[in-house]
Amino acid sequence: MDWIDTLLIPAIKAIVVTLGLLVGFAYMTLAERKICARFQLRYGPNQAGPFGIFQPIADALKAIFKEEIIPEHVDKWLYVLCPVLAMAPAILAFAVIPVGRPIVIAGRTITLQLADINVGLLYPMAVAGLGAYGIVLGGWSSNNNYSLLGALRTTAQIISYELPMALSLVSLVVVTGTLRMSGIVEYQAALPLIVLQPIGFLIYFICGLAETNRSPFDFPETENELISGYNTEYGGIKFALFFMAEYINMIVVSALVATLFLGGWQGPILPGWLWFFIKTAVMLFVFIWVRASLPRARYDKLMHFCWKFLTPLAALNLLVTAVVVLILR
Amino acid sequence: MSIVNVLKGFYEILKAMAVTLKYFFTKPLTVQYPKEKIRLYPRFRGRHELQRRPDGLELCVGCGLCAAICPARAIYVEAAENTDDARYSATERYARLYEINYTRCIFCGFCEEACPTGALKLGHEFALARASRGDLVMGKETLLQPATPHAIILED
Repeated sequence: MDWIDTLLIPAIKAIVVTLGLLVGFAYMTLAERKICARFQLRYGPNQAGPFGIFQPIADALKAIFKEEIIPEHVDKWLYVLCPVLAMAPAILAFAVIPVGRPIVIAGRTITLQLADINVGLLYPMAVAGLGAYGIVLGGWSSNNNYSLLGALRTTAQIISYELPMALSLVSLVVVTGTLRMSGIVEYQAALPLIVLQPIGFLIYFICGLAETNRSPFDFPETENELISGYNTEYGGIKFALFFMAEYINMIVVSALVATLFLGGWQGPILPGWLWFFIKTAVMLFVFIWVRASLPRARYDKLMHFCWKFLTPLAALNLLVTAVVVLILR
Repeated sequence: MSIVNVLKGFYEILKAMAVTLKYFFTKPLTVQYPKEKIRLYPRFRGRHELQRRPDGLELCVGCGLCAAICPARAIYVEAAENTDDARYSATERYARLYEINYTRCIFCGFCEEACPTGALKLGHEFALARASRGDLVMGKETLLQPATPHAIILED
C-alpha cells in the first residue's frame, strides 16, 4: 500500500504537471498570437481548424521537421544540450505550486501539488535561476561573438532582477511567517496578499517580466537592434525549445503571482483548481497586454531601473513591512 | 529618479495600456480575403484587359505605342497584316503577338493612356500569383478575356 503514496501518486502528478505545462505552452503561443492580433485589430491565426486551434500542432510539426543545422564552429555537445538546460528548470519550477485544495480519492488525501516542501518559496527561485545556465552556455557554445554578448546581456538581466524579486518575496515571508507554499495560500483565505503588499506585487510582476525575458525587457528577442542574442545560431526544434522555456517560465511566473499574491486556489463558489486557473490566465493575459502596449526598453535603462530603483524600493518595502509587522505583533 | 517622475511614468504606462485595451474590444479591420470580397475603387489598376468591338473584332491594331511608353519595358507587341481569310481587327494590321510580362509591370497605366484605339484597359483583377515565372508572361489568350475579380467595385 505504501508504494502507492510514495511512488505512484507522485509519478502521476509529475506526468500531469509536465504534460499540462507542455500543452499550456502550445496554447500560450496561440493565445499570444490571437490576443496580440486583437490588440492590433487583426484576427491572428484562424485557418488551421476552428479558430485556429490546430495552429500549435502545425507549428510543432514544422519545427520538428525543419532541417537541423548545426554550424561547424560550435561546441557540439553543449550546443545541443543547452536548449534542454534552459527548458528543464522551467518545468521543474512548477513542482511546488499548489493548484487546488486537497482532494480525496478512494480514502486517500491527495494534495494537488507535487511537493509541499518547507522551503517552497526558495525552490522556484533557485531552480528558475538554473535556466540562466542554458542561456549563457547556449551563447558560449555557439562560438559567435554576438551570441556570447547576447548571452551575457540576458544573463546579467536575469541575475540583476533576481535581487528585487527575492526581496519582494522576503516581505511576503515576513508577513505570512512561512516559506511553505500551502501555508502562504492558507494565510490568504480571508485576504489576498496583494492588498497587504501592493508594492511587493508590482515589484514581483515587473521582475517576472524581466526574468522571463518578456516585453518590454525582451532582450533575447531584439532581432533588429541587438542581433537577437544567445539564440542567433539556433534553428528548428532547438530554437523552439528555447522558446518553450520562455513560455513555460511565463506560465510559472503567472502561477506564482496567482499563488503568492492573488490568494492561490482560494476563492468563493467555484472549485479551487478553477480559481487557480482563472487567476493564472488573468496574469498571462496581463503579460501579453503589456507586450502589446509597451515598446522595448533600452538596455542601460533596464539595468538602471533594476539597480537604482527597483532594488532600493524592494528593500524599503521590506523594511516598512518588517516595522509594521513588528509593531502589530 | 524623483518620486513625481516615477508616478508620472506609471500613469503614462497605465494610459498607454488603456488605449490598447480599448482596441482589444473593437472589431478587427482585417478582410478575410478569399472568403470576403475586397472593396476596390473603380480607378484601381489591376491586370490589363484587351477590349473588343461590339462585333467581336479586336480593338488593338498592333501599333506598339504601349510598348514604346512602358517604363518597365514589360510589353512586347508584334504586328501582322489582316487578310480576308483571317481578320482579327477592323484596320489593316493587328497584334499577332501581344505579351505583358507581369514580373516587370508596375501598373503605372501609361500604356492605357498611350493606346490610340482604347483597346488596352487596366482591369480590377489582382490575383496574379502564378506557380512559375513563365506563367507571368501573359499573352493575348489571357489578356483578351475579361477577368472576374474577387472584389466589390465601389462608387468613385
